[in-house]
Amino acid sequence: MQKQVVFHSKWLPWALIAPQGLVILVFFFWPAAQALVQSFQQSDAFGTSVDWVGLDNFKALWADESYLASFRTTAVFSALVAGIGIAVSLLLAFFADRIQRGAWVYRTLLVMPYAVAPAVAGILWLFLFSPSVGLVAYLLARCGLEWNALLNSNHAMALIVITAVWKQVSYNFLFFLAGFQSIPKSLVEAAAIDGAGVWHRFWTIQLPLLAPTTFFLLVVNTVYAFFDTFGIVDATTKGGPGKDTAILVYKVYFDGFKALDLGGSAAQSVVLMVIVVALTVAQFRYIERKVHY
Amino acid sequence: MIERQSWLKVTSHLVLVIGALLVISPLYLALVASTHSAQDMAQSPVPIWFGSHAWDNYGQILGGNVPGMSNQIPVSQMLWVSLVMALLIPAGKIVISLMSAFAIVYFRFPWRMGVFWAIFVTLMLPVEVRISPTYKVVADLGMLNTYAGLTIPLIASATATFLFRQFFMTIPDELVEAAKMDGAKPMRFFWDILLPLSRTSIAALFVIQFIYGWNQYLWPLLISTDENMYPVVMGIRRLIGGGDAQIEWNVVMATAVLAMLPPALVVMLMQKWFVKGLTEGDK
Repeated sequence: MQKQVVFHSKWLPWALIAPQGLVILVFFFWPAAQALVQSFQQSDAFGTSVDWVGLDNFKALWADESYLASFRTTAVFSALVAGIGIAVSLLLAFFADRIQRGAWVYRTLLVMPYAVAPAVAGILWLFLFSPSVGLVAYLLARCGLEWNALLNSNHAMALIVITAVWKQVSYNFLFFLAGFQSIPKSLVEAAAIDGAGVWHRFWTIQLPLLAPTTFFLLVVNTVYAFFDTFGIVDATTKGGPGKDTAILVYKVYFDGFKALDLGGSAAQSVVLMVIVVALTVAQFRYIERKVHY
Repeated sequence: MIERQSWLKVTSHLVLVIGALLVISPLYLALVASTHSAQDMAQSPVPIWFGSHAWDNYGQILGGNVPGMSNQIPVSQMLWVSLVMALLIPAGKIVISLMSAFAIVYFRFPWRMGVFWAIFVTLMLPVEVRISPTYKVVADLGMLNTYAGLTIPLIASATATFLFRQFFMTIPDELVEAAKMDGAKPMRFFWDILLPLSRTSIAALFVIQFIYGWNQYLWPLLISTDENMYPVVMGIRRLIGGGDAQIEWNVVMATAVLAMLPPALVVMLMQKWFVKGLTEGDK
């Protein structure tokens, strides 16, 4: 944890930590504490009086059908994003691991979406699925499917899932590829000599050895779907139609910033904090396991 | 590989070609759309090969005089704001993280672990979970619509601090001993030994954080109310305000291309650093 040989100074370490410490205190801890305090308060419409209301804000949240719906939406959304994203990138990495020639071309192309901002990615796919001019919507219409993400909530959900997966495949792909390449060749070769075919080796050797990577990506993808997809939702569906794609992060922004319900929004923030803490702990579980390997 | 089965090789390439094409096609179609006139883009199906209006489109958006759009802020201004964010955020993160990691690894002081955990806990407090109160702090400090407001709150970095701490731990103690024996003061050691040794970590981190800074969306959405302070990723949203039928896709896509180009170039040209930065220390 620490060096045996260290420098000695009473003030220097504090001076070195001061800039980061100041930013953290002012922009992280203070606002987070505010959110915590506000979640137990209720201010009237004019902001003149503030009352302590205990757990009322949280009770109101659990009683609010739209909040529970937002929870379900987020669960469906992140399960789809993490599931499809991991499956697709595992497939691509499996084949990318098998070839040498031209591998860097595929890699360069496959990592490009990582460079694209979520909001811009949303706009690209909004264009492709635009009912009036979108190419994909046009092809779907030729197949007899009238596509309209503005009216059909399943279409809207598909739009944000596709966008989010498209953006995240790059990241997952790089990790899976590194995972495949870190599996000792001797293991796979030994199995091959024993007569195990490609698929058999994949299921019995490579996939189990990739389990830690997969678990790590599952957590990272869930965090991504929960928190980093705000731009995608805001650029494409804006939570619509109705509230059918309003994921939790979008709802907390909308309620706090557009609808100006401070207490309710603060309570939502606190719920989100609990979720992040749980996910971070899960992530660290993985890192510990990796260390002990 | 082990087998020399050609069908397997063909399948591998086939899957990867299809995957790569699917992944890259939205980018290609955006590029194509940005070279057509508004009329071309209003018909279905839209063209899938380049048109001849590239100069018109890019010239108009960069200069801010798109026909039919009044008071349009030039995209060149938005690109400038994005560039400032994309440079200041990584620079700030790297500087303050190097300093904190140096203090945590090379000094013994009371509350050292407390400080370490305080930095760590920020991982669990992304902007998304503290939107309104953070906005209020920035507003109270008079930092709305300023570059300081757009960048400083984003430069705290638990992951960068960890990355540097991890790296410093691998540096042999003999180096410190030798430096101390030569009478080097701590900051001298920092500048002359630690910093040069950290170059690769710094480069890898810069690439990842450049993309992070350039692609910020929610934060400027809160902080920038003045159009002159819109980064391009956020400014582009204004262009799709009207319903599906009124969107001028050629203009939107030209702006999108400009918004994607700098981070895309960084990923392409610095791929080695990018992969290193991504797989060795996320965010």
